[in-house]
Amino acid sequence: MTQVINIQPITRIEGHASIGIELDDDGNVSDARVNVMSLRGFEKFVEGKPAEELPRIVSRICGICPWMHHLASNKAVDGCFGVTPTPTGSKLRELMQTLAHVEDKLLHFYFLAAPDFVIGPDADYAVRNVIGIAKANPELARQVVRMRFAAKMILDKFSSKTIHPVAGVPGGFSKPMTEADRKEILEKMGELMDFALFTIEFAKKEIFPKYLDAIQSVGVIRTGFIGTVDADGALNLYDGRIRLMKPDATYFEFDVGNYADHIGEHVEPYSYSKFPYARCWNEGFSMDLEDPKGIYRANTLARINVADRMATPRAQAELEEFRETFGRPAQATLLYHYARLIEEVYACERAIEILNDPEITNPDVRAEVEPKAGRGVGCVEAPRGTLIHDYSTDDNGLITRANLIVGTTHNIGPMNMSVSQAARTLIQGGRVDEGILNTIEMAVRAYDP
Amino acid sequence: MTVKVASEWLNACSGCEISILDMGERLLQVLELVEFVHIPALMDHKYFGQLGDGREIEIPEAEVGIISGGVRNEEHLEVAHEMRKKCGVIIALGTCATHGGIPALSNSYDNAEILERYYRTETTDREDAYPHQGIPPLLDACYALDERIKVDIMLPGCPPHPDHIFAALAALVEGDTPVLPEKSVCDTCPTVRKGKGELKDIRRFLQAPAYTAADEPLDKMRCLLEQGMVCMGPVTRAGCGGDAVHPRCISARVPCRGCYGPVSRGGNQRLDMLNALASNGIDIRSLPENVSLLRFSGAHRQLRPKRKET
Repeated sequence: MTQVINIQPITRIEGHASIGIELDDDGNVSDARVNVMSLRGFEKFVEGKPAEELPRIVSRICGICPWMHHLASNKAVDGCFGVTPTPTGSKLRELMQTLAHVEDKLLHFYFLAAPDFVIGPDADYAVRNVIGIAKANPELARQVVRMRFAAKMILDKFSSKTIHPVAGVPGGFSKPMTEADRKEILEKMGELMDFALFTIEFAKKEIFPKYLDAIQSVGVIRTGFIGTVDADGALNLYDGRIRLMKPDATYFEFDVGNYADHIGEHVEPYSYSKFPYARCWNEGFSMDLEDPKGIYRANTLARINVADRMATPRAQAELEEFRETFGRPAQATLLYHYARLIEEVYACERAIEILNDPEITNPDVRAEVEPKAGRGVGCVEAPRGTLIHDYSTDDNGLITRANLIVGTTHNIGPMNMSVSQAARTLIQGGRVDEGILNTIEMAVRAYDP
Repeated sequence: MTVKVASEWLNACSGCEISILDMGERLLQVLELVEFVHIPALMDHKYFGQLGDGREIEIPEAEVGIISGGVRNEEHLEVAHEMRKKCGVIIALGTCATHGGIPALSNSYDNAEILERYYRTETTDREDAYPHQGIPPLLDACYALDERIKVDIMLPGCPPHPDHIFAALAALVEGDTPVLPEKSVCDTCPTVRKGKGELKDIRRFLQAPAYTAADEPLDKMRCLLEQGMVCMGPVTRAGCGGDAVHPRCISARVPCRGCYGPVSRGGNQRLDMLNALASNGIDIRSLPENVSLLRFSGAHRQLRPKRKET
């Protein structure tokens, strides 16, 4: 008789998912999959709503990355109404998005992922969490809580509402930045920059070396990658062209408006979430571990793989060091954590760059908009991957059709593959324990779903 | 002596849980007063045992249970019942739990329409059957928590302000009932109101409101509703600004959209708003549509599929 293991819920992730593993008579894995458990139906229920209201509705797709949905949505509505945001409006949007990345990466690394590395994958679940870290290393915990909060409060104070933001508006931004705001934020950014550099050094010295074996084995698969780059091929979180790379490192770029020519969404019977794949590779969809078809990955590791370089000096130095060790594209799944910390350095540097732009305090932050019929595709790089909002409107500017490809979903196929790989490697002859099951979950957590 | 807390998220986005973290350093204080026994966002306690071999969902006993999100599928319902069984006090955290929240906009449609759209978008490969293996079937609608289990404390907000989450937990640790705001957003809004105006139509939020400079204080800016924009302040429960009081959206020079739900428990934000506009002589036909006035409170059968309304 087959044995079934239900890891439910997958914990220390943002969404609702479970892992189902089936063992055969010999106690080896015959099947392993990730079930995404929830469906809310945003694509349907935004229909008929005034397009300018969408940035404040679709933000509720995700409470961890609401800025990403808020801004991708604003860009899509700009497109529908045929408006170009004022230059300062765009810069304020990018600043908010970049700061949201700064906060998000600290949250993921320290609150969600670190317990596996700092406390250990085999530790008792009662202490293998951020509360356990707070007890084991109160000084570090206090600093982490303080720095994440500092990043969050910059957003909260300037934009007034940061969980489910409201300050991005079609045509730009709702309020200008004063010189006093700018100085205050810049000062806090100095501290966050130092903390980003501390974090990557800490991880490179104290954490990653201890887990080299795990990095080279857990959840390792071979796939393509997707991410946004600027005109010089540098990683860009806010705007640019989409670069889609094959496992052999060859790539091509496209404008996000043409995304539907390149990306398809596959449906599996065991997951509410769909499985985006590279339809343009014309090889179909398969999660076969030896010979996957159409599979690419998004999120941190994908972005630093597709980019030729980082646009800021310290992040560039980190990328060079990373590439020297792991090559391009790097495939090991747990390297997502390392890539996340490189992006953290970039996000801090980029935020400071924007704050030093003299245009940032220009009061011309919002272009007037008129509702009308049109279509707009808005895209930003969310922490979890390339986020696409595609809307059409009628003459009155009400939504007639919406299609969303959410960052996390690009990685649903790869996550299934990583879980399958980890389960097949780790569970043999029916031997299962808590540490093994948690290590399989680590293959999911790396993707920060 | 610590209080045991179990926390769950149902049809939710995790914003409420992030708002708990946004207590900042007070979080470390809270961690000294409460012991989390189950919180999937942060801790690896599993429903079916740590080896995944159990048959029924099991959550440890706790004095306080915090639940965010509405109830949209059979797993949510099972978890809600288990939480009710194991927890002394149940807090409905956030507007999804108290009134359905944004996801309850789906209540305007039946499940077939939702599934049809989601699995038939232009980028989706067509399959004959919708997903159904190992995933919980959808209920017929998105329910607020109190429609399915008994709730002791309602803490609305999208998300609830960290000040109020902290105050509620601190009160419960002391054995007290938390005291939460009961006024309307307008009651806490400092903008200038001059009373009934000459306004006949209401405008969509497409232009910036009038104010003089970036640093002009809020109490010098004219009320956004009196500037002719839909602002849900009159029909929305206060609290979004926390102890600092000023409503958050107005501070961003953006009108309120009602995220704390109705002022009184059974209020209907759409009817109350349309009444408020009409009684001030404003032509409500100038609104492009009115379903989104119920965008935060569509549970409790306030929003229903069109066919069934007739």
